[in-house]
Amino acid sequence: MIKNGTTDGNSTPARPRPLSPNIQIYRPQLTSVLSIANRITGLILSLGAVGLVIWLSAAAAGPQAYGVVQSVIGSWAGQVALFGCTFAFFLHLCGGIRHLVWDTVHGFELRSIYISGWTVVVSSVALTVIAWVISLLIAGWPQ
Amino acid sequence: MNRRSFRSPLARALGLGSAKSGAQHWWAQRVSAIALVPLCLWFVVSIVTHAGSDYAVFAAWIRTPLAASCMILLLVALFHHSALGLQVVIEDYVHSGVRFVVIILVRFGCYGLTVIGIVATLLIAFSG
Repeated sequence: MIKNGTTDGNSTPARPRPLSPNIQIYRPQLTSVLSIANRITGLILSLGAVGLVIWLSAAAAGPQAYGVVQSVIGSWAGQVALFGCTFAFFLHLCGGIRHLVWDTVHGFELRSIYISGWTVVVSSVALTVIAWVISLLIAGWPQ
Repeated sequence: MNRRSFRSPLARALGLGSAKSGAQHWWAQRVSAIALVPLCLWFVVSIVTHAGSDYAVFAAWIRTPLAASCMILLLVALFHHSALGLQVVIEDYVHSGVRFVVIILVRFGCYGLTVIGIVATLLIAFSG
């Protein structure tokens, strides 16, 4: 007699049959985290694109409307959102370039995938910091 | 490398894939992505160098033909790329019949925002 699994047509399995692995079972890895991060940053940047149109429309409406939008961007919440958009932009840019390299059928070895993955993380953090430091140096530190 | 293909020689020559138009979406996403690399870098560099500037300085920047042209190109490429990307996300996560309504609304929204952005840019460019 077989202990595990079905023996004949009528008996139920001794234990549940294994299901195919899903997102709750897999340990997060650099590859999977960057994959979903590229999609999430794409969604964030779509919202940022709406913000760009609001900003341009306010500027077209005149100095008063532009001032209102600028004060919203200049607020703490606005600065945090802008910082998030900057990081999302650089992560999506670097991740997108990685994808374009993959499209040429290069860099698919496991070692290359991890090297390019960490390059994306480090360069997007560095570019975000550089962009903000330069803009704060040009604008002057907020009072 | 020995690559076996199950496609007929005609199907390979046409290169349309099983869905007949799948490669077109993929290709448009890549072309818009390549266009966005220089346009977004131009935008970020411009915003960083104009940090803290007032309305007059900002408007004077948009009035230059290069800035107005780049802004319009950016809006077109950005919303085209967004529409293509959001469509894939919707196709992956929305499984009911609402999917088609959402895809159409997102597409209309992207087209509408492109036009609003271009008109706003032109209004600033031709003002004053």
